[in-house]
Amino acid sequence: MTGARPRVDGPAKVTGAARYAAEWRAADLRHAALVTSPVPAATITAVDTSAAERVPGVVAVFTHHNAPRLRPPVGAPYGGRLPLQDNRVHYEGEPVAVVVAERLEQAREAVGLVRLDYAPLSAETDFRAVADTAVPTPPARWGPADTTVGDLAAGIAEADVVLRAEYSTAARHHSPIETSATQAEWRDGVLTLRDATQGVFNVHAVVSSALDLPADRVRVLAEYTGGGFGSKGYVWPHQVIAAMLARELGGALRLVLTRAQSFTSHGYQPPTRQRLVLAATAEGRFTAIRHDSLSPTSTYGEYVEMTANGSRVAYACPAITTTHRVAPVATVLPTPMRAPHEGPGMFALEVAVDEVACELGIDPLELRLRNHAEVDPTSGKPFSTKGLLACYAEGARRFGWADRPRATGSLREGDQLIGWGMATAVMATMRFPAAARARLHADGRVVVEAGCQEIGTGTYTIMPQLAAEVLGCPPEQVVLRLGDTALPRTGMTAGSSTTLSVGSAVTAAAEALAARLALLATGDPTAAVRLDGIELTVKNGAVEVFRLDELFARLGVDSVAAGGSWEPRENQRSMHTFGAVFAEVAVDVDLPVPRVRRLVAVYSAGRIVNPLTARGQMTGGLVWGIGQALLEKSTTDHRLGRFVDKNLAGYRLPVNADVPDLDVAFVEEYDPHASGIGARGIGELGSVGVAPAIANAVHHATGKRVRSLPIALEDLL
Amino acid sequence: MIPLVLRVNGREHRIEVEARVTLLDALRDVLHLTGTKKGCDRGECGACTVHVDGERINSCLALAVMQEGREVTTVEGVGTVGAPHPVQAAFVARDALQCGYCTPGQVMSAIACVREGHTGSDDEIREWMSGNLCRCAAYEQIVAAVRDAAEAHRA
Repeated sequence: MTGARPRVDGPAKVTGAARYAAEWRAADLRHAALVTSPVPAATITAVDTSAAERVPGVVAVFTHHNAPRLRPPVGAPYGGRLPLQDNRVHYEGEPVAVVVAERLEQAREAVGLVRLDYAPLSAETDFRAVADTAVPTPPARWGPADTTVGDLAAGIAEADVVLRAEYSTAARHHSPIETSATQAEWRDGVLTLRDATQGVFNVHAVVSSALDLPADRVRVLAEYTGGGFGSKGYVWPHQVIAAMLARELGGALRLVLTRAQSFTSHGYQPPTRQRLVLAATAEGRFTAIRHDSLSPTSTYGEYVEMTANGSRVAYACPAITTTHRVAPVATVLPTPMRAPHEGPGMFALEVAVDEVACELGIDPLELRLRNHAEVDPTSGKPFSTKGLLACYAEGARRFGWADRPRATGSLREGDQLIGWGMATAVMATMRFPAAARARLHADGRVVVEAGCQEIGTGTYTIMPQLAAEVLGCPPEQVVLRLGDTALPRTGMTAGSSTTLSVGSAVTAAAEALAARLALLATGDPTAAVRLDGIELTVKNGAVEVFRLDELFARLGVDSVAAGGSWEPRENQRSMHTFGAVFAEVAVDVDLPVPRVRRLVAVYSAGRIVNPLTARGQMTGGLVWGIGQALLEKSTTDHRLGRFVDKNLAGYRLPVNADVPDLDVAFVEEYDPHASGIGARGIGELGSVGVAPAIANAVHHATGKRVRSLPIALEDLL
Repeated sequence: MIPLVLRVNGREHRIEVEARVTLLDALRDVLHLTGTKKGCDRGECGACTVHVDGERINSCLALAVMQEGREVTTVEGVGTVGAPHPVQAAFVARDALQCGYCTPGQVMSAIACVREGHTGSDDEIREWMSGNLCRCAAYEQIVAAVRDAAEAHRA
């Protein structure tokens, strides 16, 4: 049942048959295009849309003067301001006008003819410049802003080595290849959205409340989403705009963000400034950890990058203090990006650990083993399951870590300085309530329904595997329907939560279906059932075989269905995934461009349902880590208050030639606490711990300690 | 509007487009061949890769009106769900895709890459497939799929 299974949506995706949000036909389809603010803060003083309106094919131009009024959205995270409601601009890239035309080219032409006058207001986009205005953050949705256990001063006082260092990570953009897009249709008082989203229920909540529509008059669909990585989790202004204008004009309307707009329309990973204090005895026992994080939020909303979350749980230490502060800047609201929180945070902690290892003359892996946390050092709770020691051992064996010479610069191949580094990966396990339905038809087809998304993680493939496991049938007999607010409710497909959360609900629904079939066939719901084609075998003392068509005809039904749900309850355990990442880099002595030559990573993440798609999640995550370490940086021109590289040439994504040999493995594990299926989350874990492993390898190669990401050539000159 | 005969996947389409319409937009919006994807609209991501007279190009950087008399091949023209091209089958077998949005462009590049003979080593494949971004980063699996397809092509 479960096991390596090629993705069932593969054939549709490789042939172009899979249909994404902006690819649905409608006879009356119109195209919308956004006009966005070129300045980060301003009052709009004049509007002239006459030239734009004269472009042939233009249907309407909307600004704050004539846009329909909206209500504050509720029920799901909304990352923008309500669009076109007032004359204020709060960030560069904020929508200030929308053109609707019969064809895309006409809309695009008219966008350039909309004239808006701005009276600029003072605006700061550099969070470091307003660090003194940073405030303690209220309890965030990912945990308290600050934590403290033990006596930090005492821990520092008893240490032999105290590292105090500052680390920083760059602003980054999600950059899914499908830009965000919404196709909205208003027909007979019902609004239907095809949306590029990671959560149809989020979009439904925001749109129905902002437009003041009854819930049953709005339906959101997303059969396929072309990547999200966090950018399509919250709801953003463009989705509200598409919905608002479809209702205003009637018929069908398509709004596709340009690539440049994708840099200002749905958040970004904020840059961080992280200060670490790491104290240890000469024997390599940590006595104090302090991790203070500063990151920007927007002037109109709050997002906290919880970078110190990992430091709360990573190592056994009697005194741990963490703080998070956010400083408001004039940008779009930052938002989670693969991997949020621990992604930037473990870079700082794990480089600090390497620095202390060097200072103490202790092997970096050995230092981590000496401080291995058996229980969560901040909450005191036991971990739900933790296989990190096995990750270290297996990773070190595969990598050949035992042969690593201690001294920096001691591995050299001709003009190439070679370095080996490693790091620990820790990621909090996010879980959402989920519901699912399973229906068996007389021809043997099992249709499982759950309103989650397929964003590339293999949901179409994995859920049928889980249902088939319960029903005893081949997975080919089961299909999943997803991405529709008419289906059972789930959380958004984000936070590495879908397989464990929705998978638990699907398993519960399949179990309920099995019990119902047993009851209908034999009168005993506890009898064991096994489905194979249209044969249902029921074992209740004796073994009876039923043909579904005959059984259903006798019962007078076409199909038999059952629902199941799951919600996270257990809170007596600390739930995290873990990994050990080992990196080899090469740095040319004359032109010191760091290149990754190989990565080895071993993970502890609970049960792995489909090793084939799971491997893709981890290798993809490793490449994200390479991007974070060496390539990705969104630079802001603080004089203009805008990102300068709003394209895929200036914003450097990893390409195929950047990818080295990747060796990925999982520890055999079943987590009985985290979910109903033994799984924890994996999608984001793979991108954690990679950047520090690479930075530590660069130090091993060159002797240069780089504390800011991405590591650039000029850092190594 | 300019009347135009576009030959796509062996079929002639008589359409009218403005001179400024790209081949990509003509394929997607006029011919409703949405297998060819728009990722950046400026030649940076490769999601819009199609073949024109057998050569791989970024269709977002080509004007539709300039393709008259040429043979355009899109992902819909190389294989179907029921009868996939060997490269398409290799992509599925090797799990060389995740969200699937860059995949048609990857497939069209891969078919050309195999035909061009730029498959002598994994490093050569990586280099010649680097015009197609995959943010899910299924790169290792894409190399394996291209390698498999190249071996089958040589055999």
